Amino acid sequence: MSDMMDDMEGGEGVVKKFMFVNRKAPHGTIYALEALEVVLISAAFDQDVSLVFADDGVYQLIKGVNTKGIEVKDFSKTYRALEGYDIEKLYVDKDSMEARGLTEDDLIVDVTVLDSAAMAALMADQDVVISC
Amino acid sequence: MPMVEVAGKSIEVDEEGYLTNLADWNQEVADYLAKEEKVDMTDAHWEVVNFLREYYDEYQIAPAVRVLTKAIAKKLGADKGNNKYLYELFPYGPAKQACKIAGLPKPTGCI
Repeated sequence: MSDMMDDMEGGEGVVKKFMFVNRKAPHGTIYALEALEVVLISAAFDQDVSLVFADDGVYQLIKGVNTKGIEVKDFSKTYRALEGYDIEKLYVDKDSMEARGLTEDDLIVDVTVLDSAAMAALMADQDVVISC
Repeated sequence: MPMVEVAGKSIEVDEEGYLTNLADWNQEVADYLAKEEKVDMTDAHWEVVNFLREYYDEYQIAPAVRVLTKAIAKKLGADKGNNKYLYELFPYGPAKQACKIAGLPKPTGCI
């Protein structure tokens, strides 16, 4: 598939910096799962994609989730597949993480923890920021 | 939702023939789905189908074809992790056809 796309575009296409900012808890609303699907689809277009987890969005990455009781799919494991999709820029807001009593060891994937100044700078550097 | 009959059991599929419930999958169902896809299952086909089921179990998604190819190359070697090998086994697309036979949903991130 990617070979075909390369042929159609005649080599390098336009690469933009896309940032998806996840701010909501994983379950209860569809935002987290939908954002994850959009991210996986965006990988097909060879864009520069980064993900931010802030506020309750930090809970999307928490280890040891069991969703049996609420009868929804546990998609937390899917964040571990992102590496295979060449999406490796995952950022967590330091204050949000600490306010919830969490550390990097509680998260299912490797992330870069940023303070609010560094996060603001990173956001300012994007072409497109999508808040989920 | 359409239903199909496999070995005396009624199984729900979506409009494109993918299983609705992952748990309905077994070898007989896989053989049925393969027949529908006109794929003659060999050990090489099963290797890919089983790989996909393991991938789904680990990550809870059906991989896009590019990701599948790369993951197979890593686990089973470059002679199997390439488009030519996989398209010979599954002419209408390894991710699409092999996922269907493996009882998985249609791959995310596939156009």
